[in-house]
Amino acid sequence: MVIELGHYALILALLLAAAQAFFGLAGPVLRRERWLAAVPSAACGQFVFTALAVAVLVHAFIVNDFSVRYVAENSNSALPLFYRVTALWGAHEGSMLLWILVLALWTMAVVASMRRLPVEFAARALGVLGVISFGFLLFTLATSNPFARLNPAAPDGNDLNPVLQDPAFAIHPPILYMGYVGFSVGFAFACAAMLEGRRDQLWARWMRPWTVMAWAFLSCGIALGSWWAYYELGWGGFWFWDPVENASFMPWLIGTALIHSLAVTEKRGLFKSWTLLLAVTAFSLSLLGTFLVRSGVLVSVHSFAADPSRGIFILAFLVVMIGGALLLYAWRAPRMKSAAGFDLMSRESFLLFNNILLTIAAAVVFGGTLAPLIADTLGLGTLSVGPPYFNPSFLVPMLPLLALVPLGMHARWKRGGLGEAGRPLLIALAVAAVLALALAFGVYAHPLTLTPIGATLGIWIMFAALIDPLSRWRRRLPLPAGVLGMSIAHLGLGVFVLGITFVQSNTIERDIALKPGESAQIGSYTFRYLGGEDIEGPNYEGFRGTVGISRGGRAVTVLHPEKRRYWVQGTVQTTAAIAPGLNRDLLAALGEDVGAGAWSLRFQYRPLIRLIWLGALIMAIGGVTAVLGWRQRGLAPSDASTAIAPGGPLGAATGSPAGSRGGVS
Amino acid sequence: MTPRRRRLLWVLGILVGVAAAGGLALRAFQQNVMFYFDPSKIAAGEVKPGQRFRLGGMVEKGSVQRIPGTLEVRFVVTDFRHSVPVRYSNVLPDLFREGAGVVAHGRLDANGTFVADEVLAKHDEKYMPPEVARSLNQGASSRTQ
Repeated sequence: MVIELGHYALILALLLAAAQAFFGLAGPVLRRERWLAAVPSAACGQFVFTALAVAVLVHAFIVNDFSVRYVAENSNSALPLFYRVTALWGAHEGSMLLWILVLALWTMAVVASMRRLPVEFAARALGVLGVISFGFLLFTLATSNPFARLNPAAPDGNDLNPVLQDPAFAIHPPILYMGYVGFSVGFAFACAAMLEGRRDQLWARWMRPWTVMAWAFLSCGIALGSWWAYYELGWGGFWFWDPVENASFMPWLIGTALIHSLAVTEKRGLFKSWTLLLAVTAFSLSLLGTFLVRSGVLVSVHSFAADPSRGIFILAFLVVMIGGALLLYAWRAPRMKSAAGFDLMSRESFLLFNNILLTIAAAVVFGGTLAPLIADTLGLGTLSVGPPYFNPSFLVPMLPLLALVPLGMHARWKRGGLGEAGRPLLIALAVAAVLALALAFGVYAHPLTLTPIGATLGIWIMFAALIDPLSRWRRRLPLPAGVLGMSIAHLGLGVFVLGITFVQSNTIERDIALKPGESAQIGSYTFRYLGGEDIEGPNYEGFRGTVGISRGGRAVTVLHPEKRRYWVQGTVQTTAAIAPGLNRDLLAALGEDVGAGAWSLRFQYRPLIRLIWLGALIMAIGGVTAVLGWRQRGLAPSDASTAIAPGGPLGAATGSPAGSRGGVS
Repeated sequence: MTPRRRRLLWVLGILVGVAAAGGLALRAFQQNVMFYFDPSKIAAGEVKPGQRFRLGGMVEKGSVQRIPGTLEVRFVVTDFRHSVPVRYSNVLPDLFREGAGVVAHGRLDANGTFVADEVLAKHDEKYMPPEVARSLNQGASSRTQ
């Protein structure tokens, strides 16, 4: 009975989404005041009923209701309570429900801050969000109903995929979805601006905090996924260029381009149509990612929840949404003329290059991800594209981009030039080069050609990020939130670059068969296999090895890698043991019993790998810092001097410019 | 320089950059793309000598042999019509087992043995790479005819 309530709640959410879409899009056109007023109510109702549906499903997991097929397929009475809750998004149906819930959360956030927006603009944006929500609710109800019953009920559940029985799985999908789905707000704002036919750039100011926030979530989500794969998939890889990883990485790249292009549009009124196109593209890539992950068209380590028949629906939805947005763009974007010019060495130029290079990088990833699919469809053979393609091709746009970051951060708007930041930048570059060479040849021997270059860029970016905050602090000048956020985010980028440079060039990895007492040399560390014992967990049994690690005769740490066999599914899983450190990670994983008393083992030494995730986290903190700062001032990002009265026909007619209603929260 | 000519230079510069990046990416793609072959295609001589490729099929039952106490392992990959012996000397993935689908990256040596440098098994029991499933289905149906 409770289950059916969840199902009905989801159907009600669908109807309310339809109402939200209809009133939001038709209201401003037909100028019905009451329709406009109904939009936020419909959005709130949609959120309430979606949340109710999610609560019902969570309840079913908690009380082990195996008459629900989704629960029976993804849970088990022996599964710990914590994982019974997170099993909600352990497979396809629940993931879609999570997608919808996250979209409803973003929608609620838009409703909560609506006062700062003109009524029609907000209504249209919510209308577009309603269309997206309607599509996904319809998809879920029609093809992947999480409330479908099993008759008769299963005696016990099939258990959650063991790989997903991990604390990181509790936060990785929700955070990632917050990022992915968050770009829908930017998309909705872009569509609303185009529907209104606005000629000003106020929409850019409204869109900016939302996009930066979604971008920060996505950065965090991708980093979490990478960290999770690193320790959970057992083999110490942190990025595989897997289609599903690429599916989240492409929106990130375009999203990064978007937040930079938004800065230009908001401050200088340039790149308007380009920014709109990026906003449409970022969310389109999110949708494409959902399609790739959920349709099972691509071979991927993540395709545990694949079903080709659902692909058609998502593909159709994809075509309608993206096609519709692009048509709108073709119709309305030419109106958005940008008049101002700028010099070669200006901030605008650097941000233009940033956008071009990031778009090329996204295209490189896009090509490599979709090539197997296209080749297969055209009958050109079954092929696969891996790191040997992605790594070098990705570096081609990335290296010049990184080299331009320190300059772009300090270039002045319009007239250009580095001003007084020129000297400190040059000194920073010299110091960075010296430090990089010392690291590459002194601390970590055997560098690749790219090692000193990558390290120099990383350190230079870190220094460059500090120049502005330090000089402002010395002169007791105020530090605006936007500048602080940008500095923090770029500092994170530098940390990330430094980390990935040394991980890529100085990782040592070795597979070896050892009997108890035997040892292997990994760089300067000695890994000694000391034997092992049988173990038993709540829902698995296994073998636990002991590996003692020493360096120069001194004990460093003892690791306990495990091999587990989960009872219900009979799945064997490697649980690697990792000794983390800011300067290096040491990893030991068990292979299998290879006879004669020996086990096969995998040992790894990875320098500075923590900097990769730390860097991503700092980037995200930078984004959040900027957004919180902008919010605190109660206004959108820029100073008042750039505000231009809205010239859209409706905005002028109804006289509701945001400036006058931009209240304080 | 007139603004018009400057803009033209800009556009040209960007086009050259994009073309260069595209060219490099295409080159990397051509050199590193890996084709998939099943044992029947190998028997038909479709693989060029020395070519690195993906081999897919089923691990033949009873074919896995180890040299005790070492990483050296040998097994046979079959699509029910033809089979190929495989040699590998690294840690095998968790889902590797006899009678299950497998994908391996590597090259053929002079004796026709596939020397694998990477063996993949995806982390779901039920999951079978689509190309492997296709090879096995074709193999099985051709045998019943």
